[in-house]
Amino acid sequence: MNMQFAPDNSDASVVLCGQAGQGIQTVERILVRLLKLAGFNVFATKEYMSRVRGGSNSTEIRVASHGISAFVDRIDILIPFHKGALNHVRKRISPQTLILGDEEIIPEDFQVAENRFIPVPFAQIASELGGKIFVNIVAAGVVTGMFQVEQSFVVDFIRKFFAGKSGEVIQKNKDAIQKGWEIGRELLDSQKSRLESWKKQGVSEQILLNGAEAVGLGALAGGCDFLASYPMSPSTGVMVFLSQQMNEFGLVVEQAEDEISAVNMALGASYAGGRAMVTTSGGGFALMTEGISLAGMTETPVVIHLAQRPGPATGLPTRTEQADLELALYSGHGEFPRIIFAPGRLEDAFLLSQKAFNLADKYQIPVFILTDQYFMDSYSNLPLLDASSTKTEKFIVETKKGYRRYELTEDGISPRGIPGLGEGLVGVDSDEHDSEAHITEDLELRKRMVEKRLKKLESIRKDIVPPELFGSGDYRILVVGWGSTYGVIREALEKLVREDVAFLHFKQVYPLHEKTRDYLGKADKTIIIENNATSQFGRLIKLSTGVNIEARILKYNGLAFSVEEVRARLKEIIG
Amino acid sequence: MDTHIYDMGDIDIAWCPGCGNYSILMILKLALAELDIKPHELVLVSGIGQAAKIPHYFRTHFFNGLHGRAIPPATAIKAVNPGLTVIAESGDGDMYGEGGNHFIHAIRRNPDITNIVHNNMVYGLTKGQASPTSQLGFRTPVQVKGVFLEPLNPIALAIALDASFVARAYAGDIEQSKEIIKEAVSHKGFALVDVFHPCVSFNKVNTHSWFKEHTYYLDDSHDPLSRLSAFQKATEKERLPLGIFYKNPEKPTFEENIGLYKKDKTPLSLREKKRGEKLMSLILSKK
Repeated sequence: MNMQFAPDNSDASVVLCGQAGQGIQTVERILVRLLKLAGFNVFATKEYMSRVRGGSNSTEIRVASHGISAFVDRIDILIPFHKGALNHVRKRISPQTLILGDEEIIPEDFQVAENRFIPVPFAQIASELGGKIFVNIVAAGVVTGMFQVEQSFVVDFIRKFFAGKSGEVIQKNKDAIQKGWEIGRELLDSQKSRLESWKKQGVSEQILLNGAEAVGLGALAGGCDFLASYPMSPSTGVMVFLSQQMNEFGLVVEQAEDEISAVNMALGASYAGGRAMVTTSGGGFALMTEGISLAGMTETPVVIHLAQRPGPATGLPTRTEQADLELALYSGHGEFPRIIFAPGRLEDAFLLSQKAFNLADKYQIPVFILTDQYFMDSYSNLPLLDASSTKTEKFIVETKKGYRRYELTEDGISPRGIPGLGEGLVGVDSDEHDSEAHITEDLELRKRMVEKRLKKLESIRKDIVPPELFGSGDYRILVVGWGSTYGVIREALEKLVREDVAFLHFKQVYPLHEKTRDYLGKADKTIIIENNATSQFGRLIKLSTGVNIEARILKYNGLAFSVEEVRARLKEIIG
Repeated sequence: MDTHIYDMGDIDIAWCPGCGNYSILMILKLALAELDIKPHELVLVSGIGQAAKIPHYFRTHFFNGLHGRAIPPATAIKAVNPGLTVIAESGDGDMYGEGGNHFIHAIRRNPDITNIVHNNMVYGLTKGQASPTSQLGFRTPVQVKGVFLEPLNPIALAIALDASFVARAYAGDIEQSKEIIKEAVSHKGFALVDVFHPCVSFNKVNTHSWFKEHTYYLDDSHDPLSRLSAFQKATEKERLPLGIFYKNPEKPTFEENIGLYKKDKTPLSLREKKRGEKLMSLILSKK
C-alpha cells in the first residue's frame, strides 16, 4: 500500500466511526495510550450524539512526529464500525483516505469507497473469538500493527488493561488484539521507516491526559477538598475524576439533588474553611447563578468549572461551543468582582485550576474555569506536570474575640475567619450587612460595603495572567483567540507560514490584562476566532479596550474548528 | 449554662410584637444552654423570611444564605467540620416551598444536623400569601378563592422518607418544645422539628387558641421507633399530634458515609494538605 500521510507527511489521522455502545471509546483509550507508550505524539478528540446506544459517533486519533493538539478534517485512515458510518464522515473522506472495513457489516459503504477500501473481516474474527464484542479490540490491534508497535508490547498492555477480569476474558482480548495486529502489520509496510522516525525519545515517558483530568489534577493541586455537582455533559468528567480520588486525597465529592444545592453546598463548605468547587455546564450553571451572587455578597471563595456546550436551553448536549462567556461574566445579580480563566493547553488547565483556588481564597470571590466539550474530551501527551510547584496558599486567619467578618480595610479584603478556628464568631449574610454580617439598611454603610467589594478588583488586576503572543513580535496581522481554540489556531498558523501574522491567546478572559490594548494597537489588522455566533470575547475586548475587532471567524454548528477550516478562513481574509 | 451567652444585647428585632418567633428564639436559647453548646461551637444556618432572621438575634456563628437554601450549606458545613453543631432554621415557605427539594434529599443524605422549621402556615415577609402548609380554604389576597392545594404534611413526608428523627413542637409551650429541641440536637442524624407558631399579622385562622384546640401531645403509648404508627399519627387531621413521632437512630450519617473521619478526626478545613507526593504519583499513573 503506497500511503501518503498529511501534506507534509508528519502525522496521520485515524478516525473510528461507530454507534454509541459499540465501544469506540474503549478503542480510543487503548490506542492513545499504546501509541503514546510506543513513542508517538498523539492527540484524540471525539464528537458524539446525546444517546446511550445507536446513532453515529466518531473519534479522531492523530499520530504524529511532533506535539499536536488540534482537530483536523482530514482522515488518513478510517475504520467504520457500522452501516452509515461513511455517510457520517463523508465530507472528510478524500481520495487519499484509506478505509478499513468489514464487507459484511457495511456492504453499501464498501461500494461507495471503491478502491480505497481494504476489507478486514472484523465480524468473522470477532465471532470466532466469541462475539462481536471483540470487534473493537481487533480494530485496535489493526491500528497498532499498522503503526508498527511491537506485538509483545501490545499484548502485554491488553493483559494489564483487562486486569481484574477473568482469565478467559483476558485471553480472548489478547487473541483479538493479536489477530488485528497481524492484519495491520502488512498494511503500512511501505511506511515502516517513516513511522519509525516519528517515534521520539521521551514521549513514552510523558503523560497522557484529557481536559477533564487536567482540570481535576489542578483542583487537587489547588487544595480542593469539596466538590458538589449534578451530572451534566460535558462537565461530569471532572466530578468522576475527583470521585476516584476521594479517599486518597481526603476530599468530599457529593452528587447534589440539583445544581442549586450543589453551589450552595460549595459555599457552605467554603464558609467552614474547605476549598470548594462545582463543575457544571450551560443550564446547570444557569441554575447556580443565584449562588454565584451569594458568593459575591458573602465574599465566600468558590471555584466554578463551567464546561460549555451549545445552548440555548438544552441545545446540543454533547457538542461544543464557546458561548457562555457572557453568562459567566454577568452571572449573578448585583455587582461584585470575579475572575474568569479559559485554558487552551492541558498544562494551562492544570496550572489555572490550581491558581483558581488560591485566587478565590485570596480575594474571597468566585473564580471561573471556562472550558468546553472539545477541551474536556480531547487527549494529548504532555511532559510531566510539576506537582512540586503546587502550593496551597493560606489565607484563613485564626479569629480573636470581637472578630468582624466584614471589617472595612484599605484594599477591601477583610481577614477571613472560619467557624472552629479561634475565639471569634464568624457570620455571613446574603442581605446587605454591617461589618459583623448583620442585616443593615444604613444606606451610607451600604455604599461603603459596595465599594469595599468592588475595590478588590484593584488588587485582582495585579494577578492577571497576561495573554501569550506566538509568532514574530513584529506582526502586521494579529489573530486573537481564547480558551480551547489554542491548538487549532496555532497549527493553522504554522501551516499558513506567514511572517507578518501573529497569534495572541488569552487564557484569562476577565479581567483583561492591561497589555491587551497595546497588542491590538500594534496590528494593522486584527482577526478574532471564536466558537460562537456573536463574538462574545470580541465584545468584551471592545468593552475593556475600546478596540473593535471587525474581522471575525466564528463557528456555531456544535463542532470544534478544524485546522483546515481556520487556515482556509484566515486565507480568505488575509489573502 | 446561662442563656445570656447567646444574647445580642440591645438590638432592633424585625419581628412583629407578639410573633411566635420570639418564643422559638427563647426556646432555642434554653435548649442549647442546657446542652452546654457554646456560641463558638454552633453554626446557625438560615434562608430568607422572618423566621430566617433568627441568626441575627442569637450570638453565634451564622450563615444567613438564600431563600430556600439553608440545608445545602448546613450539610456542607457539617461535612467539612463535624465538630460543629449545625442547625438549619427557617420558615415553612423557605424549607418546604422554595427549598422543598433540598429538604427531601437532605433526609436521604442524613447529615447530622437539626432542621428547625417555623411553621405558621402563612408567608409573613411577603405579607400574607399562602404557604405550602396553609390549610385548605385559607383565603389570602392571592389565594382569593381560598387555598385549594393539598397542604404539605412535612411530618408524614419525613417519615415516608425514613428520616432519622421527626418531631413537632408548638411555640406556645416553652418547656415541652425545649425538651424536643434538646433531643433533636442531641440526636445523631438529620432531625426535623416542625414548630407550630401563630403569625399575628397575617394568619387570623391558626391562632394560639386554634393551636391549643387542635393539638395534643403524643404520650407513652406511642412508640417512636415504629415507623408505621408514626406515619399513622402523622396523618391525623382533626387534632394534630405534638412530640417525637419517629426516630431511626441506626442510620449512618452523611459524615460517616463519606468516610473521611474514620482515622482522622481533624476537620477537613484544618488538615495540613501535604499533597505533593500523592499528586506526583497520580500524575505518573497517567503515563
